Formats: sequence, structure tokens, C-alpha cells
Amino acid sequence: MAIDLKMPALSPTMEEGTLARWLVKEGDEVSSGDIIAEIETDKATMEFETIEEGTIGSLLVAEGSDNVKVGTVIATLIGEDEDATSSSEAGENSGVVDTETPAEVVTISNDIAPPVIVRADDPSVPEGTIMNNMTVRDALRDAMAEEMRKDERVFVMGEEVAEYQGAYKVTQGLLAEFGDKRVIDTPITEYGFAGIGTGAAMGGLKPVIEFMTFNFAMQAIDHVINSAAKTNYMSGGQMRCPIVFRGPNGAASRVGAQHSQNYAPWYASVPGLIVISPYDSADAKGLLKAAIQSEDPVVFLENEMLYGRSFDVPDLADHILPIGKARIVREGNDITIVSYSIGVGLSLEAADMLAEEGIDAEVIDLRTIRPLDKETVLQSLAKTNNLVVAEEGWHICSVGSEIISICMEEGFDNLDSPVTRVTNENVPMPYAANLEKLALINADKIATTCRDILGL
Amino acid sequence: MAKSASPKKNNVKSKKAASSQLIPNRERPDEPERYSADKETLLAFYREMLLIRRFEEKAGQLYGLGLIGGFCHLYIGQEAVVVGLQSAIEPGKDSVITGYRDHGHMLACGIDPNIVMAELTGREAGISRGKGGSMHMFSVEHGFYGGHGIVGAQVSLGAGLAFGHKYKEDGGICLSYFGDGASNQGQVYESFNMAELWKLPVIFVIENNQYAMGTSVNRASSEDQLYKRGDSFRIPGIQVDGMDVLAVRGAAEVAVDWVRSGKGPILLEMKTYRYRGHSMSDPARYRSRDEVQEVRDKSDPIERAKGELLEMGMKEDELKAIDKEIRKIVSDSADFAETSPEPDAKELYTDILVEQY
Repeated sequence: MAIDLKMPALSPTMEEGTLARWLVKEGDEVSSGDIIAEIETDKATMEFETIEEGTIGSLLVAEGSDNVKVGTVIATLIGEDEDATSSSEAGENSGVVDTETPAEVVTISNDIAPPVIVRADDPSVPEGTIMNNMTVRDALRDAMAEEMRKDERVFVMGEEVAEYQGAYKVTQGLLAEFGDKRVIDTPITEYGFAGIGTGAAMGGLKPVIEFMTFNFAMQAIDHVINSAAKTNYMSGGQMRCPIVFRGPNGAASRVGAQHSQNYAPWYASVPGLIVISPYDSADAKGLLKAAIQSEDPVVFLENEMLYGRSFDVPDLADHILPIGKARIVREGNDITIVSYSIGVGLSLEAADMLAEEGIDAEVIDLRTIRPLDKETVLQSLAKTNNLVVAEEGWHICSVGSEIISICMEEGFDNLDSPVTRVTNENVPMPYAANLEKLALINADKIATTCRDILGL
Repeated sequence: MAKSASPKKNNVKSKKAASSQLIPNRERPDEPERYSADKETLLAFYREMLLIRRFEEKAGQLYGLGLIGGFCHLYIGQEAVVVGLQSAIEPGKDSVITGYRDHGHMLACGIDPNIVMAELTGREAGISRGKGGSMHMFSVEHGFYGGHGIVGAQVSLGAGLAFGHKYKEDGGICLSYFGDGASNQGQVYESFNMAELWKLPVIFVIENNQYAMGTSVNRASSEDQLYKRGDSFRIPGIQVDGMDVLAVRGAAEVAVDWVRSGKGPILLEMKTYRYRGHSMSDPARYRSRDEVQEVRDKSDPIERAKGELLEMGMKEDELKAIDKEIRKIVSDSADFAETSPEPDAKELYTDILVEQY
């Protein structure tokens, strides 16, 4: 039987085209790779090659024919072992691509929706556990050191992490303990070393990649998102990328627009990533350890202004906290303030101010931004019926925007007032001290918004 | 494909281009010699190249039928590069990474054509369960780390795989393939720098097929002798006739020896040519039909190997039988890819993360 040559699809969107010109005639011998026709698509004129060897049997569509549907038989080819007289029976235009592809519309029913996860609470700290007061900086360092002692695959890489002891001293002492094989200074090439780290993770290691700040990670965001976040999915689950990208995020102090930005909303929008942004030392340690142990890529957003602040950390052999679980850091009944990172401290300050006025505010620290613990937020909303999001960052397309959506979609009946965002001003960060102060979120702004909402 | 047992060298020197660039006081790899293959080895290369050619032709045909969607970048014309190089490394020990023109690399890594073709048609049986597509395929089992859609990303990632080999001290090396287009990306040079600083065991392979999509090398590269691109990082470079599988294999041996012995990275510029457009939807108006035809007529890697096999005493009939056998493999893979079911709708939400949080 002869081989049918069908009108090809020559672009991702082509449905029909013009058969501009035949470059062969009936009876011509052709071999693989020979161009037999020119076909005009909506974008260009393309050459149509045969991939079979044989003799052109019949040309079934005339030169210059317009609107030839993809899949139409346009010619037949007689294989070299066959009799040229046994012409094709498939000469009629089918007009339809016979792909045998199921064409039914796929609807997303509940059974394929993402599973609802019941998240574990923080493990309880045993009675009598000693609490060590330590800085966030030291807590982060201890987290890395403990995981490096446990797992040979863990290494730290970044600018000034080794000999300089860390641009912000977060990696202080690691070089001395683990040596330069596992604590590695890089040139100032974020894109390159983010890629090298990601490749090392694909190859079975567990890199901790430090960005001196996340502002510089914009140079490397392609690897964070396109290489690290999407690999497991694109490979059908066979190629993992267990990597932690960490470093300070958000505004520091008087460093201007290019060094002061909160990237939590950027990364939190990407499926395949875990995004963590802790506030205090205990969470910084417990969550960084969890991040390093995780088999998934994690963006771990620290805050320079918090590095030097001290908080209690339980003195446990392995203080590890669940990823994806928010924490109620202050209980209250009148209004909920949802925040993360440095905003948590400001929210607690605001709650203190409100308490003096008899307003009982609940403060939630999201801790993990993706996956977001919406259950904790919605439960609090159900209790207080009023909710404010406090976020050191811009308000447009922010984590606050997401919280508002969640409250609208799933907590609407519990709302006594519109969910409101308190954020930085909608401007690049100015340098002048007075302007910077005006641009940033603070406890006063949070407290004022809470009063406004409650009509007080 | 296993490394051939006894590499016999002959006296035919390959192009001397690189040797004229000798820099004093720096050790340079030996000038590669054209690999002297016995009939059995050359036949294995021939088969492998033919499999890639026929597979890609079939993929082009399935694309034309609407069975393969999106972008589809064919490797036709470049087969000698991957076949020659892969033959010189150790499967199971070394790692391989490339860009989106990846079907040939997967076949040369020994991956079943059926599951590659089924990925192209987006089916459950595809190597990525239909969720990656032509540009995003992986096989950790075969040391094949993709299949990457972002031009140049595989160079940094490949340096990272090499970092892993060195860190784990497993003796492995990484082959990182990229094109002349990618060779202008910034991250390539960031990676060159670190790879040489840290003496990472990586072979950077520039598959110079002359066109970055529609832009010729000369229009895009201030230094169009791409093997020199490692010079300022002290990475030695060798230019190779990428249309000759034995020249490629010869260069691969030098490169593998250099890298495996701990001397750091090496750069191979493979001068090659793609017969088809950049992707299926490229009309290739930036070059003449005559130019393509001339390469096909004079430099085709498969025809060249075929000619040498005939000289070695192979019979036309024997080669014809091989062709038939390969057509069958490819045609079976197409049947498999067409008849396999699409992924279950439940697959939409699987594999986003490894763990549950």
C-alpha cells in the first residue's frame, strides 16, 4: 500500500495552509530529506520534506490551493519495494487530523484538586528545657552547622561566606569547622553560582546557596524558578532539586532603592518552591534546619535588621519546625494582624499600643509564605472578624493581596470589615533618612489602621 | 554505548587550528587525532547516528500530523557530535546535560526511543509522564540531566553536576552541551570562571551549528572562533570537525583524559550544521537552500561513515538491512507514542513538590 503524505502542521498554531508549489511531479523518485512542496502558513512559507524513500504516486491537491486543512492527504508515495501501479486507495481528503487523541474537555473535579493537608503543630518543647537567648544570626549559623554535621551532602556556597566569615557574619566559624570543601567562596557571579548550586542539587548534593542579599538574586532568579522550582514536575518526579537559597531580604537601612526590596511575593507565586521568611531566632533555626532537610527547593528570606536581635531558642538536640505552619505569636479577640518577617515585630508593638487602649489584637506570624497556612488565618478571622495584613513591602500583588483573596473567598461570612493592608509606600526606597522613614511600614501605621477598621 | 576496547590511533592529524594558539607556560592537551575505529565500532556509531536521524525525521512527521505540539527542535545533521562524544564517556559514572535540542542526546545515552517519542506526543508513558515535552526530558538513571529550555542554563547546571562529581569524589565527569547561541550568554562565562578556578571535571561542548535560531555566528559573535572562548579563563579549547564522528571521538578522548585527570575543564567547539530549521516552525529563510544542500551532499556524517564502512568491506545490503531495522524501531516508537494514553488528569497535581507540607 502506498504511503499517504498529509498536509503538515508547521507551527504550534497552524490549522490550515496554502499548498503554494509542488517541487516534484508524479513518477519522481524521492529519498528521505527531499523537499517536495512549499507550503504557506499564516507566518511563513515552509518547505515540506519527505522522510520516506519511494516514487511519487499521485499529487492529490493542486498547486495554489488555499485553506488546505492540516492532515489532508496531499500526495501518495509508493515505497521502493512496491509496484507503482498499485495506487493508493486513500486518495480522498480526510480533512481531519486523525490523531487518536482523546479530545474531551478535561475538567478539574475535586478528586484531582490538590490534597488538603492537615499540618502538624510545632513539636512541644519539653518542660524544663533550657532556653538560650541568641541572635537570629547565630541561630541561622547553628542551623547550618548542625545540618552539616549530620549530612555530608550539605555545603554552603556564596560570596564571602568562608574567609570573610559572611558579609553579615551569618556563616561565622563554618569554614574553621568544615573546611573549604564545604564552605565555598564564590566570585561575584550570582547567576553562575546559583546555577552551579542547582546543578549540584540535581546531582544529589544539598547546597545552601547564600545570596549576599536577595536584591542580587535577581541576577539568578532564572535558576531559582526555571531550573530549581520546575525540575521535579517537568521530569515526572524523577529529578529532584533539594537546595536552599538564603540571604537577607527586604529593606535594610539607608541603602536606597536597589538594595531594599521584599521578594516574598515574587517567589511565593511559583509552584514548586517553598518560601520561608521567619521572624525570631527559634523559628529561624527550626525552619532553616527543616529547609535544609527538605527534598524540595526552598527560598529562605531572612532580614538584615533582625540579624542582631536576640530571642529565646530552646536548647534541644534537634530543634526542627514544620514548614507550612503559621504561628499565633499573640492571642487576641478583637482583630487579627497577619504578618511575617520584620513585620511581626512591628505588629507586636502595635498590639501593645492597642492593648493600652483596650483593644485585644491577635498577631499571626505566617513564617512560611508558600505553602501558606490559610487555615490558621481563617480560624483567627472567624474569631476576631477583623483582619489586617502588615507587610514590609509594596502592597500591589503582595502577600497581603493573597491573604485578602483567601479571606474573601473562604472567610467572607466572618468579615465585619474589609481586610486591609498596611505596607510600605508605593515608591522605590528613598535614601534620605526622613523620606525612608516615611516610606516604611511602622507600628503606628499598623495600630492606626486597626483603630480605623474597628471604628475607634 | 560502551567505550570501544582498544583505541587505535592512526597518523591522520585533525585540523591544526588549536595548536597555533599555544600559550607558553600553560599545559595544553594533546592535539587530537582522528579515531581509528574498527568496523564493529564504526558500525555501532553508524547505527546510532542513523537511529537519531530516523527518529528525528519521524518526530518531524508526527509534528506535521499534529501529534507533537509546541516547539520541536530537530538534531538532523548534528548526529556525529553526540554519538562521538557519548562513546567516549562511562555510562553510569558520568553525567550529561544539554539544551532543548535534546532528543539525539537521549538516544545516545541509551534511553528507550519509545518513551522519548511518547514524551514528544505528551503521553503518560513518556519519560516525564507527559509533563515535560520535547525540551524538558530527564533520566537520572542514565545520567542524563536534561533537556533545559533556557538558553545557556545547562552550562551553569553542568558545572554544578561536575562540582558534585568532584565533591563526591566519584570519578565522574560532566558533559555540558550548548550551542553557538548559548555561547554568548553571560552565565556561560561565570561558569567557565568558577569551573577553572575549582578545576571542575566538565567538558564544555559548543555545538556550533552556525545559526542561533536565524542569526549566524558571524552576526552574533565578536569572536567567532568559539573554541577560543575559554582563553581568558585558562580553559583550553579545541576546534573539531563535528561532521566526522571519528574526529569527534578522537577529540573526546583527549578531552576526557584531560578532565578526568583533574586538570579542570576543557572546551570543545564542534563545527556542525543543522539541516532543519531552528524549530519546526522556522522557515529558515536566513540561509539558502543551496547552502543546506551543499552540506548534505559533501559533509553528511552518516554518509561519510557509510562510505568508510563500504570501504571496510561492508555490503550495501547489510547496511540496507540495518536501515530497515532502525526504521522499524522508529516506526514502533511512533506507534507506541500514538497509542499510549494521555496522562491521567490526576497527574496535574502530582510531582510539584516531593514532600507534603
